[in-house]
Amino acid sequence: MTEQIEIQPDRLHEEMLRLHREQQMDFLEDIIGMDWGDDGLGIVYLLESSATGERVALKTRTVNRNSPELPSVCDIWQAANFKEREVYDYFGIQFINHPDMRRLFLREDWTGYPLRKDDDPTDARNPLRMDNEMPVDTTTELRLNPDGTLSDEEKAIFDAEEYVINIGPQHPATHGVLRFRVSLEGEIIRKIDVNCGYIHRGIEKMCESLTYPQTLALSDRLDYLGAHQNRHALCLCIEQAMGLEVPQRVQYIRTIMDELQRIDSHLLFYSCLCMDLGALTAFFYGFRDREKIIDIFEETCGGRLIMNYNTIGGVQADIHPNFVRRVKEFIPYLRGIIHEYHDVFTNNIIARQRLKGVGILNRDTAISYGATGGTGRASGWSCDVRRRMPYGVYEKAGFREILYTEGDCLARYMVRMDEIMESLRIIELLIDNIPEGEWQVKAPKVVKLPVGAWYSAVEGSRGEMGVYIESRGDKYPYRLHFRSTGLPLVSVIDDICRNSKIADLIAIGGTLDYVVPDIDR
Amino acid sequence: MEIKKPKIASIPYDDFPDNDTLEQMARDMRSNGVNVVTGVLDDLINWGRSNSLWPLTFATSCCGIEFMALGAARYDMARFGFEVTRASPRQADLLLVSGTITNKMAPVLRRLYDQMADPKYVVAVGGCTISGGPFKKSYHVVNGINSIVPVDVYVPGCPPRPEAFFFGLMQLQRKIKVEKFFGGANKKEKKPEND
Ligand code: SF4
Repeated sequence: MTEQIEIQPDRLHEEMLRLHREQQMDFLEDIIGMDWGDDGLGIVYLLESSATGERVALKTRTVNRNSPELPSVCDIWQAANFKEREVYDYFGIQFINHPDMRRLFLREDWTGYPLRKDDDPTDARNPLRMDNEMPVDTTTELRLNPDGTLSDEEKAIFDAEEYVINIGPQHPATHGVLRFRVSLEGEIIRKIDVNCGYIHRGIEKMCESLTYPQTLALSDRLDYLGAHQNRHALCLCIEQAMGLEVPQRVQYIRTIMDELQRIDSHLLFYSCLCMDLGALTAFFYGFRDREKIIDIFEETCGGRLIMNYNTIGGVQADIHPNFVRRVKEFIPYLRGIIHEYHDVFTNNIIARQRLKGVGILNRDTAISYGATGGTGRASGWSCDVRRRMPYGVYEKAGFREILYTEGDCLARYMVRMDEIMESLRIIELLIDNIPEGEWQVKAPKVVKLPVGAWYSAVEGSRGEMGVYIESRGDKYPYRLHFRSTGLPLVSVIDDICRNSKIADLIAIGGTLDYVVPDIDR
Repeated sequence: MEIKKPKIASIPYDDFPDNDTLEQMARDMRSNGVNVVTGVLDDLINWGRSNSLWPLTFATSCCGIEFMALGAARYDMARFGFEVTRASPRQADLLLVSGTITNKMAPVLRRLYDQMADPKYVVAVGGCTISGGPFKKSYHVVNGINSIVPVDVYVPGCPPRPEAFFFGLMQLQRKIKVEKFFGGANKKEKKPEND
């Protein structure tokens, strides 16, 4: 269980600053909005130090439900910018000194705050609006004046003279329905305003009225290229809360499945990036080999994309009798053919010029935004959850973390290509040693978690996939929050793209490798 | 003139479960009789149209990945004439709605549909587009895109297998093959209100 230290709002900013300076808590893992009913609205902060690995959880709250106001921490961690907007969108908490207090997912004309316990977002206040959204060029900041008073200040996102073009939500290179508003000066990008929410499915609110086994089904659909991993994270969190020990066999199966999924996702990353940059042949290569992994999945899990495989205390079914053989055939196959990928794309002069030195993200910025996964590792930040918070049986496979230091598009690309090889190595070491035993422990039919709060994470295909559960002892979670892997990745895009060319936006977006339904949840 | 039976190479006519509906559709369209010359021309046009459908690259979530798998080598939708995916709705004539449509996305979807040139067709792919699917109870998901755009074919599944995509697309081809180009209305659609 995560112990949370409560801090009064008036001391919060000062305390956070102290933690950041003195204890090097430079990684703001997540900000989770909470509605504690009569105890008010509040926030849970999860912090980690990238230097010492130490972790703390803090919380703060306000009992004023009509106009809740809490201090912002986005001047300490840039990650807080989007996450506080998410909290504002869900709970209506205004953040003092936040430079851009707009909704993040829902439309500006949405009424109410859907994740508040006393708000029913499905009622008549919010019908399906078929009128087009109006673009807004201004935002507000709730500013704390030196004399202690608060005032609303209007700020411009784009000036009237700026040349702003709109990209998305329907645009093949945004990898889903993401919308950018880009301010240009000639070909040079001056600013990007990211608009999310076109695939906001309200999963977190839905989970509050589902039993724990039911919530599993939705986790696959968050980041569908990390279906096994998402579900693994949720199962880990529930098992941790129940105190359920899963057998070694399950641990092996889950680890192998996670790694196969990672290869699957990275192959798709390769295909899409290449297609976006105009290399269509490479797209076919990636998909050709991806189908082989899908065949393996399909035999055991029955699904090609949405696998529904992990369960609380085990997996849905034992591995198929052919599983081991097919995986063992696949490993030498991919190793033998991966040179084609490098021949056709990596060593191509055009590809190199479009990737090398483009979109540089340095280590400190990556940490400040919390951009984990391949993106963080390409900037030299050792952020792999498999190392930081070991789970599964990675230790048995002598897991090695792939790190690059350049932080450019090429490094982000190479991290993924190298991770394919590393995953193959892990699978190879594990596949022959899957111990005999049960593939599902006897879990109670009705899963009830004790009172408390838990956080678990796994290394998803594109970063730290975390699950936070707060329980009040019911069959249903009181609050279930997913740490999106993609949200930090899109929040960093404005920073990386400034002063790059507009054409580089495609390469940068492609190598950041976000999946939009996971951002919007 | 007898009701013509739209043929799809490699799948026998009787294997399709929707023959009754299709025959009824054909009967309705031909209730005023068919001119022999225009009838033959219609067949020619429909043959061309049904075998060169250009889909819009439009995908919002999970089902879209299966749509990509269709484009790749194993399933290869080029075999049936769907390979020219277009990124602009102006050049596409098939809107394959793959993936959840949320409230915020709904006006955008409608706009994309309106931007497409006639004749245009819509295929609803996956549980989400048909009814809201797993997210039916969500506050921000449209429960069935037929309330936004007219749908020609529904392909159930979560996500549907690529084979199911093809079956749905072939059903659409059959529908196109009984359409009329010269005179008569193919779809009874409400006129959009001008605003
Ligand atoms: S139908 Fe299923 S697979 Fe398709 S978009 Fe909806 S949740 Fe995803």
